[in-house]
This record gives sequence, C-alpha cells and structure tokens, in this order.
Amino acid sequence: MFAFWRSSIGKKVVMAVTGIILVGFVVGHLLGNLLIFRGPDAVNQYAALLRANMGILWAVRIGLLAAAVLHVVAAVQLTWLDRAARPVGYARVRPQASTFASRTIRWGGLVLALFVVFHLLHLTTGTLHPAFDHTDVYGNMIAGFSVWWVALFYLVAMLALGLHLYHGVWSVGRTLGVAPRADRPLKRRLATVLAIVLWLGFSAIPVAVLAGMVR
Amino acid sequence: MSTELRAGIPAGPIEQKWDRHRFEMKLVSPANRRRYTVLVVGSGLAGASAAATLAEQGYRVKCFCFQDSPRRAHSIAAQGGINAAKNYQNDGDSVHRLFYDTVKGGDFRAREANVYRLSQLSLGIIDQCVAQGVPFAREYGGLLANRSFGGAQVARTFYARGQTGQQLLLGAYQALERMIALGGVEMLPRSEMLELVLVDGHARGIVVRDLVTGAVTSHVGDAVVLATGGYANVFYLSTNAKGSNTTAIWRAYKKGAAFANPCFTQIHPTCIPVAGEYQSKLTLMSESLRNDGRVWVPRRKGDRRRAKEIPEDERDYFLERKYPSFGNLAPRDIASRAAKEVTDEGRGVGESSRGVYLDFAEAITRLGSDRIRERYGNLFEMYERITDENPYQVPMRIFPAAHYTMGGLWVDYNLMSTIPGLHVAGEANFSDHGANRLGASALMQGLADGYFVVANTIGHYLATNRLAPVDPGQPEFRAAETVVTESTKRFLGIAGSRTVDSFHRELGLLMWDKCGMARSAEGLRQALERIPRIREEFWRDVNVPGSDAELNQALEKAGRVADYLELAELMCIDALHREESCGGHFRVEHQTPDGEALRDDERFAHVAAWEYAGEGRPPVLHKEPLAFEYVPLTQRSYK
Amino acid sequence: MKLTLRIWRQDSPAAAGRLVRYDVDDVSPDMSFLEMLDVLNERLTAEGQVPVAFDHDCREGICGACSLMINGVAHGPMRGTATCQLHMRSFRDGDTVFVEPWRARAFPVIRDLVVDRSALDRIIAAGGYITAPTGGAQDGNTVPIPKQDADDAMDAAACIGCGACVAACPNASASLFTASKITHLGLLPQGQPEHVRRVIRMVDQMDLEGFGNCTFHGECQEACPKLISIDTIARMNRDYLRASVRRDGARVRGAEATG
Ligand SMILES: Cc1cc2nc3c(=O)[nH]c(=O)nc-3n(C[C@H](O)[C@H](O)[C@H](O)COP(=O)(O)OP(=O)(O)OC[C@H]3O[C@@H](n4cnc5c(N)ncnc54)[C@H](O)[C@@H]3O)c2cc1C
Ligand code: HEM
Ligand code: HEM
Ligand code: SF4
Ligand code: F3S
Ligand code: FES
Repeated sequence: MFAFWRSSIGKKVVMAVTGIILVGFVVGHLLGNLLIFRGPDAVNQYAALLRANMGILWAVRIGLLAAAVLHVVAAVQLTWLDRAARPVGYARVRPQASTFASRTIRWGGLVLALFVVFHLLHLTTGTLHPAFDHTDVYGNMIAGFSVWWVALFYLVAMLALGLHLYHGVWSVGRTLGVAPRADRPLKRRLATVLAIVLWLGFSAIPVAVLAGMVR
Repeated sequence: MSTELRAGIPAGPIEQKWDRHRFEMKLVSPANRRRYTVLVVGSGLAGASAAATLAEQGYRVKCFCFQDSPRRAHSIAAQGGINAAKNYQNDGDSVHRLFYDTVKGGDFRAREANVYRLSQLSLGIIDQCVAQGVPFAREYGGLLANRSFGGAQVARTFYARGQTGQQLLLGAYQALERMIALGGVEMLPRSEMLELVLVDGHARGIVVRDLVTGAVTSHVGDAVVLATGGYANVFYLSTNAKGSNTTAIWRAYKKGAAFANPCFTQIHPTCIPVAGEYQSKLTLMSESLRNDGRVWVPRRKGDRRRAKEIPEDERDYFLERKYPSFGNLAPRDIASRAAKEVTDEGRGVGESSRGVYLDFAEAITRLGSDRIRERYGNLFEMYERITDENPYQVPMRIFPAAHYTMGGLWVDYNLMSTIPGLHVAGEANFSDHGANRLGASALMQGLADGYFVVANTIGHYLATNRLAPVDPGQPEFRAAETVVTESTKRFLGIAGSRTVDSFHRELGLLMWDKCGMARSAEGLRQALERIPRIREEFWRDVNVPGSDAELNQALEKAGRVADYLELAELMCIDALHREESCGGHFRVEHQTPDGEALRDDERFAHVAAWEYAGEGRPPVLHKEPLAFEYVPLTQRSYK
Repeated sequence: MKLTLRIWRQDSPAAAGRLVRYDVDDVSPDMSFLEMLDVLNERLTAEGQVPVAFDHDCREGICGACSLMINGVAHGPMRGTATCQLHMRSFRDGDTVFVEPWRARAFPVIRDLVVDRSALDRIIAAGGYITAPTGGAQDGNTVPIPKQDADDAMDAAACIGCGACVAACPNASASLFTASKITHLGLLPQGQPEHVRRVIRMVDQMDLEGFGNCTFHGECQEACPKLISIDTIARMNRDYLRASVRRDGARVRGAEATG
C-alpha cells in the first residue's frame, strides 16, 4: 500500500478517488444551496435537517476533510515531482493539445484551497461574517454576498472550480483506467456539462443576491 | 601469414548436416560458461540475438553499438518481411524449396550447405519471435498471415505492417535488455570498434572509442562476434542508415580476415529518386509494393507529359513485357537493371528523368483504395511526406538505389572468419545470399546466425581451443590503442579545406557509375586509378573540426569514410577479377544477346576471398570452389 | 528560401549552453530538416567553426534517433512525423526557427542537440519484455491471436523510442513510452504470465528515472511520430492499479525490496 502511494500513478489514483468524493459533495451541495431560490424557509429547513443528526454530519465532515487533505497533499507532491522533472525549460513552447484548463489545474486548485478555507470561516463558522446567525443560513448568505468583494471572490472561485472540473472530471476516468477507448481521446462530454452546470449553478447565488433578486 | 579456406562443411546428406554437426561439436559445460567472455560488436538482428542467446546460455557477454541505444541498429528499418518455409499457406512451400529459391536467386554463388541450414532454421525463427511477442500480421482466425514477396512464387513472408525489421529487432532488443538487467550482458552503446586485437593469432579483444568522451579503451574476450552490418554506404547515397559503416570488418580485414565477394552489392529497384544534390540518403519503398503496382515508362523518348496524360498504348510496362511469368515481381537485380536500361534510353520520368513509374491506378480500381490503404497505407504516407505527391492519385516515381551487400568477411560453416575466434554474423559476413539476395531473406539470416548458429558454434570454438589468459595491459592492446589515437590525431591535424562528406559524395558517385548496376573492365580500371587519388587528397585536404576528447560526429564520419576509400578499391579489384555476370554483379562484356546476366561457371563458380597483403600491396586472392549437388546449375531465367 | 535559425549550442554536459543565431539561405523546400542542418554544418566546417551535433541515423522515421524541439513542438510542425521526415516545405521564407534539445531531468544534454535517453532503455530492462529464452518456443500458430488484438498490439508496438512524448509533456512524463510497451505486450497471450510483474516494475523504474507524472495534457499523443494514443496510458494506470491490489503484485514488490 505504501509503495502504491509512493508511486506517481498511486498518488494520481488517490487524487482521482478523492476528487470524485469532492465532486459528489459539491453536486449535492449545489442542489442544497439552490433552495435559496425557494425562499428562506426552504433553505433553513434544509440546514436544520442537516444539523438534525450531528453524528452523521460530523462523519460526513471528517470524510470530506480527509478527502480534501489527501487530494491536496497528493496534488502538492505531484506538482513538485513534475517541476523537478524539467529543471531547464524551453525557450519556445507551443502547446498542441493541452487545454487552458489542464495547464491551470494547479492554480485553480490553489484558488479552490483558499476559497474553501475562507468559505468555511465565512458561512460555516461565521468568523469572517458581518452578521452571522447559526439558525438563519438564508440570511447569512444574503448578508454575506451583499459585500461586493466577497461575492466577487466567490465568482472567481466558481470559475476556478468549473475549469478544474472541466479537466478533472474527464481526466479522472483515465487515471482510474475506466474510460473507454476513444478515437479522439481528447474529447469530453460529461466533464463539459458538469463543469458548466456547477459553475453557473453556484455563481447564480451571489449574482442573484447582488442583483437583489433574492433578498 | 597465408590463409587457406577451410569451409568445414559437415559430411552427410544436406538435410542432416546441421543436426549431425550440432551433435559432433564440443560443448562447454554450463558451470564453465561464465568463465568465458564473448565480445559482440553490433546490436542489430544478428548482434542482439547472438548477445542475448549467449548470455542466456551463461556466457559473459559485452555488446557494443555506435547508436545511443541498441534498439536503433539499422535492422530497425527493414520493412517488408521475413521468410520462413512454414508452408502455412499450403502453396507447395518447403525447406527444400526455400533452399532452392535462395541458391538460384543468389545465381549459384552461395554455399549450398549454409543455405540449406538457413532454410531449416527459418522455421524456428518465427516461433521464437512469436514467443517474444512480435505482433506479426494475423488472419481473422487468429493464425499468422503471409504474403508473397520479392520474386517468390509462394507466400512465405511473415510481416508486421511495414515495420517487420523494427518488430523483430525490438523482440531481440527486449531479450537483450532482459539479459542486461540480469547482469549477463554489459551493454556499451555510443561506442565504436576501431581495432581488432589478436594474441597468438586468435581474436582476443577489440579497441573502442567512447563516442561521448572520446576515451579509447581495450576490451578483452575469449571470442569476438562482428555483427556490424553492411557497407552499402560506400555509394554515399544508399537506403542504409547514415551511420552504417564498414569500419569494423575493414579493420578486421587488415588484421588478416579474408574479405569475400566485396563486389556483390544489391541495388534495390524501388526507392524514391534523388531530389537534389543536398540529398543525404535514399528512402526505400518496400518491395511488397510491386505485388500491386505496375512499373512503366513512356514509350517515347523524352516524353514530358504528366503520367495521366499518357494513354495506355503509349506506355511501356517493361517488366511485364520482358518477363511475362514474373512481370513486376522479377528479382531485384533484374528489375533494377531493366529500370536503368529504360532511363539510359532517355525514357525516364521526373525532373531528373532518373525514375520510372510504379502505378497503382489499376490495383485501386480492382481492389478499391481502402484495401490498398490497408496494405500499404504507411508506405504511401511516407512517400507523400517525402515527395509531396499523393500515390493514390499520381503514380509513384521510383529508381534503383544501393541497398544491401552480399559480400562481407569470409566465414566457414561455423561462421568463423579466417582469424580463429573471430565470428561474423548477419550482413557483415558473405555467407548465404550468393550474388543476389532475395527479399525478406536478410532478416531471416541475421536471426538464424544470431539465435541459432553462432550461439552454438562459439561453444565449440571455446571448448576446442585452450586460450591463455590475457589482459588489456598487454603490448598487443597498447599497440592497437596507439594506432587508434594516432589516426584520430592525424585526422584532426590535417585541417584541410574539404569536408568529410564532400569526399564521401565524390567516392559514392564514382562507385555508382563504375561499380554499380553495370560494370565494365574499362570503367573499373578508371575507378581503380581515380580512387587512390581521392584517397590521397582526402588525407591531404580533409577538414575535421573539433577535438578527440568529446562527442565529435565529423571525426566519426572521417574514420568511416577513410575505410570506404580503401574498401572501394577492393570492390573494384574484385569486380574486375570476376569476368562474368551473376546476380547483382553485371559485367557489360558478359551478357546474353537479349541482355541477361551471363555466368561463367567453369571459371567463376567460386567464392573470391581476398587477403590483405599490407599497405600498398595488391590483395591476395583465395578461391573457395562451390559445388552444386542439390540445385543443378541452370541459367537463371525469369521470363 | 531564407531562414533564421536559433539553435541551442552546448559544448558538454557540464558547460552552460545558449541559443545561437544562424542565417541560412537558398534552402530548398524539398530538403529534409536534417539535410538543411547538414548544409549548415558543411558551411560551419568550411568557416572553421564546430558543426552542430544532433542525433540521427535511419532518416526514415523508424530508428527514433532524431530528436529536435522545433519552434516549441517536438519533431516539428508536421503531425505524426519524426524530425528526419520533416521537410522544409513545412516552413515559409523568412521564418525564424528555434531548434532545442529534448528537455527533461532524465534526459541530460550531452552536446548541442544530443541528449542521453538511456533512461528509456532502463525502463524496458526493468520488465519490458517477454521471458522466452531462445529455443523453447512452440509453433507460431499454436496460440491463435484475434486479428484485432494483434493489430492493437502492433499500434502500441510501433513506438520508436524517440522520447518526443517526454519532450512534449509539460510534466516531462514518460507515460506514453512506458504505456505503449505495457500495452503491446499486455494485449498478447504470450505477455500474460509476466503482466503484473512487468507493469509494476516498469512503472516503478519510470518513477525512479525522475520522469514526471501524467496529468493528461495530451501533448505526448500529438507529438508522437507514431500517434500512439493516450488510451494506452489509461490502460497502464488501470493495470498498475489492478497489479498493486493483487497478491502477486505485492510479491513483486517484496522481491524488489529484498534485492
Ligand atoms: C531500408 C531497408 C529495408 C530492408 N528491408 C528488409 C526486409 O524487408 N527484409 C529483409 O530480410 N531484409 C531487409 N533489409 C536488409 C536487412 O535489414 C539488413 O540486412 C539486416 O537488418 C542487417 O542486420 P545486421 O544485424 O546484420 O546489421 P545491422 O542491423 O546493420 O546492425 C549493425 C550493428 O552494428 C553496430 N556497428 C556497426 N559498426 C560498428 C562499429 N564500428 N563499432 C560498434 N558497433 C558497430 C551498429 O551500431 C548496429 O548495432 C532492409 C534493409 C534496408 C536498408
Ligand atoms: C482544495 C484544493 C484543491 C487542490 C489544491 C486541487 C488540486 C488538484 C490538482 C493539482 C489536480 C491535478 C492532479 C494531477 O493530474 O496531477 C487535481 C485534479 C482533480 N481535482 Fe482537484 N484540487 C482541489 C480541489 C478539488 C475539488 C474541490 C474538487 C471537486 C469538486 C476537485 C476535483 C478534482 C478532480 C476530479 C481531479 C482529477 C483527478 C485526476 O486527474 O485523476 N479538486 N486537483
Ligand atoms: C456560491 C457558492 C456556494 C454557496 C452559496 C455555499 C453556501 C454554503 C453554506 C450556506 C454553507 C453552510 C451550511 C451550513 O452551515 O449548514 C456551506 C458549507 C460548506 N460549503 Fe459551501 N457554498 C458554496 C460553494 C461551495 C464550494 C464550491 C465548495 C467546495 C469546493 C463548498 C464547500 C463547503 C463546505 C465543505 C461546507 C461545510 C459543510 C459542513 O457544514 O460540513 N461550498 N456552503
Ligand atoms: S511513444 Fe511516441 S513519442 Fe514516445 S517514444 Fe514512443 S514513439 Fe516516441
Ligand atoms: S503530455 Fe504528459 S501529462 Fe500525460 S497525457 Fe501526455 S504524458
Ligand atoms: S533518424 Fe531515424 S527516426 Fe529520424
């Protein structure tokens, strides 16, 4: 097992698995958050429901935390590995096949990392929140996103997420070797859809708040 | 030292010679093998297979090649396929027929016993390669596919797309890498053998130059195998890789190994014509193309119309016309010469008019372009990449080019040269193809030599010779090292005005004109008087930049060209001596009324083995008479 | 036509290198790229300068020796083509052309454009073979191989070991090279007995040599003169994952640990 983790493919597989877990969470999280458009009660009931059983909640949280940590640790190690693999660069490089998303996946990851930390302090603990109220998740969001730079940061992060998944979700199937053989392996359908839906879905919320569509 | 040639052909009926010989040879016990070191120079099909097999048997092996990896040996470039008398197609093939075809195809200038053994071993080669994972073409049923190739009337050629040589070499290379990992073989890439070292008349080592550091080192062994390939680059332009050279065998020749039939060179009919004088090499279009392509030129001299504008009745399908039964599949020497004739008549095509058409229009209408793409797709792409013409629409232009050398160091039945302990395998020896090699037979020979012949005969040599221990500090080695360092110093010291390549080009042109597809006594004499002058100018005026303590590609070339400048002379001497036409050796003075090669079996049914007699002295000719008991001597006719 | 070349010159592995500018004129569109360099070298020699060193041998796109990064693209602009088969008609009069060596920690520069690719040989030595000592083979037709498998194996086996995949990969990963061999042998019945061992040992060697990991940028596939598909990498990942969870896989590791 240790040898597996030591190998580059092993680490990559860990990233893939944890990546999938994270994707799963984010999808569910989006659905939950979209309740904001169904009015305060919908969201708050949902939030209350989550808190109803602290045991499960914490189990989930720990799971997520573990996934995120593994994902990040592997990411950092692989990034170092790859940097070390080419100490001297080219005077000229002309990418032929790689996408903007694939080339920026690490920066995107970094943004996401920062985002998650901020986000937790913002809407979970409320530490960085102007007017935080544990019982009023709805209100927290409205108040939170009314601060323009917070909303802006969220939008940037969601863009990063979209790009991250545009490459990640496609790549995951290949890391695990479950992707079917393709005549044009660089083509991706599922990844595109998922990336766009998550990006727009999440972004809709700060936008709506700023535009005063939900208040 | 005067050599006499003992071929050592085992007694008994030809079918039993090899089996019997294997039994009669002495063996080295497994426990003792690790005490012997075998130096294998070359990592092509012959070298890699020999090195891997000897190591598997337990010998200590050192393997050398000048490329950066053994996998890049020139064998990698072989396209068409490899022959074997499997008769999987049930079309009447047999060991005897392959033997018969090879002797006849070689125009009766090869040793029957060797050729028969080759045909027998061909069976095991395919099995060995399949076991290694060589992805030969298969039928839908999962069985091995075959095609008929280069003048054979049975389908006995096995192939892996147009990359047969690559796949066979990778098989041998992988076996070699395995033995390297197991410590059985020490591989020294980027190192060039520059001297052979004899101790008490036995081959006991070599001197190599590390092409990266320039370091000159000696390597000691109990036997040496030269598997260093052919010397077709003496023509400068050839289908061989740029690095292919005669250096290893030439230096061995100068140490006393007899050189057999140096003038037997093969000109391949289907190569892409020369485009300009910057041209650095010629690209082969696999012969398999002739299975479906039709060769033609305009009937009218200097007809400059585009191919499709020339109506059928104004085209001359000259191979089909002259050789009705073989047509476009006539053997290489014959097809090449026919192409030369029509271009000499001024009916050649293309800018240089040094070319003839190879036309697939008929095959495409018959089989559809998909079938053609399936068969030759990658070759068509290669052609288009180089010429910028699409063979699906316009006919290919092809012209003969120097391709293969049947000549090489003389070896006995055990593949040992006239120097005890010096074995020679693959294209580097003269053995099995006589005066002309049939398509898909060189890969077969290289692997037969490496996997099955030397792997057995070296043991016999080691078991029957008590060899005193030697060490690289010995005077013989010191002397050889000095020779090498001196000659490098000399190259670098000349600082003349001409590049190495310019000399190589000049020599190549001369050889192509005078000692190429058609040779005349007069032309050969002219060459013999020109070559020494080129050589003299080379040593006076060549410019080799850089130093000897670094990677210096100009220096590498200089050494090789210097050797070609000497070999060329021996080739012409041999061509002049052989007053007959046979196979690839066509003497204009000796042809039938209708222009076919005319052999003279009374005077020339022999191997001409030349012995070096020292600087400036004419080489000494030794003859190995050839007897044909199983294939009756007949005039070769492909009409 | 006229071209401006900017070629990487470096005297030795230790020495510092730099891009040097050379102007070449009367370049014919029918020349190959290497012939263009030949002509330049003839000129440099005549001028008493040291010619540019570059690896090449077959000049037919099969030996894998040639290895030039041309204007930031491994093997140059033409898809599915090795440097030696690239012709000057792919360039336009007046172009500036950058010529650099393969860049990777595992491919140290020896001189100018020549690099040391022996790491690839060591990956093969680690397990890129089928153990079939000469002699014992059964008849070639005893084990039928479905045409499709044979063809797919051939697609992967076409790798010429040039290292362009490494050169083009933003991570300097040798995944495509390694995967092509694993795929070639893994598709054939003869390759099965050693499959687990082969996969683990080749991948571990690949890491040991200091190549990067695969993020699926897909550059390698585009650069590959044989257009080998990154599907082979997906396959390698799966095989490695499988091998690692299997007991015999663990045994291979044990064997390695103990020596
Ligand atoms: C384009 C082309 C296509 C061909 N197609 C076919 C075909 O379809 N079928 C067929 O049967 N034959 C074919 N042939 C012929 C066949 O490929 C060769 O005859 C055969 O591969 C020679 O193998 P070899 O092992 O003897 O030598 P090579 O493969 O040439 O190997 C020579 C080895 O010796 C090493 N070497 C040479 N000199 C030195 C030195 N001084 N010091 C150290 N090392 C040295 C080289 O590094 C190399 O490793 C073809 C040839 C060409 C050129
Ligand atoms: C928290 C900070 C994050 C960082 C630093 C990060 C970093 C990375 C990096 C560097 C990669 C590429 C790995 C490689 O191919 O070498 C990657 C892949 C991936 N990431 Fe993230 N990521 C983060 C968060 C996320 C999140 C929140 C998700 C899901 C919503 C996610 C899903 C994925 C997926 C699916 C992959 C593809 C894995 C593969 O190619 O097999 N990541 N991540
Ligand atoms: C505009 C987009 C988003 C909004 C409006 C939003 C909103 C929220 C809110 C209100 C909570 C607190 C829920 C509660 O305390 O009950 C929360 C928790 C959380 N969010 Fe988000 N979120 C967004 C995007 C994201 C993204 C992209 C990620 C992951 C990359 C993420 C990860 C988390 C995590 C990990 C928690 C903590 C869950 C827990 O309580 O255990 N969120 N989010
Ligand atoms: S996979 Fe392609 S690019 Fe990589 S070494 Fe093989 S042939 Fe070259
Ligand atoms: S470019 Fe590199 S990242 Fe993977 S897909 Fe190719 S090896
Ligand atoms: S020189 Fe052989 S592949 Fe380019």
